[in-house]
Amino acid sequence: MADVKIEIRNGRIVDPKHGVDRVATLYVAAGKVAAIGAAPAGWSPTRTIDAKGLVVAPGLVDLSARLREPGFEYKATLESEMLAAVAGGVTSLACPPDTDPPLDEPGLVEMLKHRARSLNQAHVYPVGALTVGLKGVELTEMGELAEAGCIAFSQSEAPLVDTQVLLRAMQYASTFGYRVWLRPQDPHLGRGGVAHDAEVATRLGLAAIPASAETIALATIFALVRETGASVHVCRLSTADGVAMVAAAKKSGLAVTCDVAVHHLHLCDNDIGWFDALCRLVPPLRGTRDRAALRAGLADGTIDAVCSDHSPVDDDAKQVPFAEAEPGATGLELLLPLTLKWAAENKVGLPDALARITARPAAILGLDTGHLGPGQPADICIFDPQQSWTVIPSALASQGKNTPFLGLELAGRVRCTLVAGQVVHED
Amino acid sequence: MPLPDAERALADLADRMRGAVAFDAKFVGIYSGGAWVAQRLAQMIPGEHMLGYIDVSFYRDDFNRTGLKPALKRTEISFPVDGATIVLVDDVLYTGRSVRAAINELFDYGRPARIELAVLVDRGGRELPIEPTYAGARLAVAENISLALARAGDGALSFSAETSASKAADA
Amino acid sequence: MRNPQLDAEGRLVHLLTLEGLPAEVIVRILDAAVPFASISERDVKKVPLLRGRSVFNLFFENSTRTRTTFEIAAKRLSADVINLNIGASSTSKGETLLDTVDNLTAMNADMFVVRHAESGAPHLIAAHLNRTGRSHVHVVNAGDGRHAHPTQGLLDLFTIRHYKHDFRRLTVAIVGDVLHSRVARSLIHGLTTLGTPEVRVVGPKTLLPTAVQAMGVQVHHDMRSGIAGCDVVVMLRLQNERMKGALLPSAGEFFKHYGLTPGKLALAKPDAIVMHPGPMNRGVEIDSAVADGARSVILPQVTFGIAVRMAVMSMLAGG
Repeated sequence: MADVKIEIRNGRIVDPKHGVDRVATLYVAAGKVAAIGAAPAGWSPTRTIDAKGLVVAPGLVDLSARLREPGFEYKATLESEMLAAVAGGVTSLACPPDTDPPLDEPGLVEMLKHRARSLNQAHVYPVGALTVGLKGVELTEMGELAEAGCIAFSQSEAPLVDTQVLLRAMQYASTFGYRVWLRPQDPHLGRGGVAHDAEVATRLGLAAIPASAETIALATIFALVRETGASVHVCRLSTADGVAMVAAAKKSGLAVTCDVAVHHLHLCDNDIGWFDALCRLVPPLRGTRDRAALRAGLADGTIDAVCSDHSPVDDDAKQVPFAEAEPGATGLELLLPLTLKWAAENKVGLPDALARITARPAAILGLDTGHLGPGQPADICIFDPQQSWTVIPSALASQGKNTPFLGLELAGRVRCTLVAGQVVHED
Repeated sequence: MPLPDAERALADLADRMRGAVAFDAKFVGIYSGGAWVAQRLAQMIPGEHMLGYIDVSFYRDDFNRTGLKPALKRTEISFPVDGATIVLVDDVLYTGRSVRAAINELFDYGRPARIELAVLVDRGGRELPIEPTYAGARLAVAENISLALARAGDGALSFSAETSASKAADA
Repeated sequence: MRNPQLDAEGRLVHLLTLEGLPAEVIVRILDAAVPFASISERDVKKVPLLRGRSVFNLFFENSTRTRTTFEIAAKRLSADVINLNIGASSTSKGETLLDTVDNLTAMNADMFVVRHAESGAPHLIAAHLNRTGRSHVHVVNAGDGRHAHPTQGLLDLFTIRHYKHDFRRLTVAIVGDVLHSRVARSLIHGLTTLGTPEVRVVGPKTLLPTAVQAMGVQVHHDMRSGIAGCDVVVMLRLQNERMKGALLPSAGEFFKHYGLTPGKLALAKPDAIVMHPGPMNRGVEIDSAVADGARSVILPQVTFGIAVRMAVMSMLAGG
């Protein structure tokens, strides 16, 4: 492996962190970025990749991708979803703790990391459970879990009803500098709801979740951050009012970060149409005003990063009435084209767009990745921003074919993905 | 082909029925043409001839192919059918399917003592074993021509003909 | 997005909701129901229109009343009727909703009458049938969650037309738990499509859905102003569960504010009619004196319901 030398020729190298955006050749040796522009001394490549007309970017960093192991192997397996990740150009991903059993024991985390490593594809960074069993009562052994490899702690979508416990969890985590990732959803408002509380839910007769379920939870989170100084990342914003609250909090000096799921940048509650269960998502798809605020918030930096929130769901679980359907959409292979689509529609340049799926999520994870500095591990995504492809089940490597974008054409095709200097995916 | 003279046929039909129909025979007209003819016959033929009207839409045999007709009318039979002598009246007798449907519908109202059939025009082309008891006029009409009865403001009846590419509708 | 109830030629192939149905289609159904009503007055209450067809009543939510009226309607059309009460969750029995539909279609079902506790179930079934090349199998929504009860909406429209004739001159009030009511939603769609100038919903804030004005109605929280000058008053049923969900304190307080008494009815027009989809909770949403009074058309609604359902089934089954 040490003598693998790869020359990636004449691509448009875009490295947002270092402000690089030029056509040049990138040299990979010993699993690392050896040089950009001029070949290292005595260079003799074992492989050449012609990247003319393509973009050479850092491998994408996805803040949330469900791999469905352990426990949900009938929906998807590590093998298929790791393939999906590199097919989507994702070289580092964080997976939430809501597996079965949840990731509240170091042994489970180690096993997951070990399994993932042995596949030699993307780097997997597990997010550990904040409370035992995600039940919101007892704290997990965050120290042990951090040692096993957890980069943050969260409840995923499980409610944390007792604010006293939330406060203590944040205090404990902040004692040791652990990050806490929180979904802003009030456990009571919109309980049992499946759609955004507005005209669409009223017409379709669906139990509804008001926007206040998010804003009230945000207010709670911000107040507790001020009190504890915990390092908090807010997951999956969905409302315009929520975006405004984050902007105000940041302006007042509060050190929080937040992300948005890529489907919520493009879809709103109207897309549910006649009860399309592919649009059953958590948080729910909200109104057009909310979608506009999310798009603008990601552009102006209020929202730091966008993630896929990849959730493969088997067909049976979607072919049921809307409220009974399992929420979630497949997303690893759509993160790049949907981010590019957002960028084009909001007049955001390519380096800025890529920053939101490389350098910024890497910073949120606290990892030195998502960039192409010299000596960096060569995690690279080579893609054609113009190439269109149609989203059909056979075009997706993930076992989850559940996306509202089925049948649509998207621009942005990953041609080659490298992890640690190895080619792990080629189109 | 010259159109039949509806008023002439009506006069001939009434002549044939006068003295032959029962004094208390009920005249039941099949919408719409048959209904008009029945009303005229009741005026022209002496006796106590109560009127009734039938819409055969619910008893047609072509429902599976053509579905419900857009303009449905209500069947109105206000006298008891049990034991009644009924003269079914229609404007044009063709395949015989409408009459078959009307007879089936009448039997859902009761058991008549006898049913006779009076038609203004018998154009042949029968597909069922049904014959008129009384007919105003008999003539052969090409398969692709449909005959329709019209009623003017003053009540005068007349026929019009429409040519189509395929076989005319059953009657 | 094409309305899944209509085929490419605009013909009705399923009846899932009144929302999006063109006025002509609604009027055609109401017109067709008129002769069907007179069938029910004969001794032989049958016509042979659906002879040889199989109608399956697929009730995932229990309702003897509704199922019985559909059964009567189908039998009066000479169809064979099979009743299946599948209980609350078909998946708990191992067979999915669509699997059940597939099995029954394989038994040559011509029509499914579906009632389900979840909004959207009949749409799911109709989309599945359309997608798998079986759009000749028709779906009639007999009530899905809070979403729609189109045959009830149609019979309510038929009743209103029978007594009041022209929708374009009417003020209609719908009173009670609109939030949970599929009957209310369907009636609102039907009334607005047929050009009713003023449709009001009357109830406490806890029982009116968010943004309900977007459906084309005026909101009233005060029943007195809500009923004033109405031609039609439709009372909705209040279920006991609403008290448990912190939506209302008690049935008594609901009756005090929103119950229809003779005194409140006097605020409507002198010839206003009173309707209720049934079953009634006497003393909760409606006073017995009104329910049994001269202006109540609650029993005719039931009779009209059979004729309307016969009309719907015939229109769907016709070629």
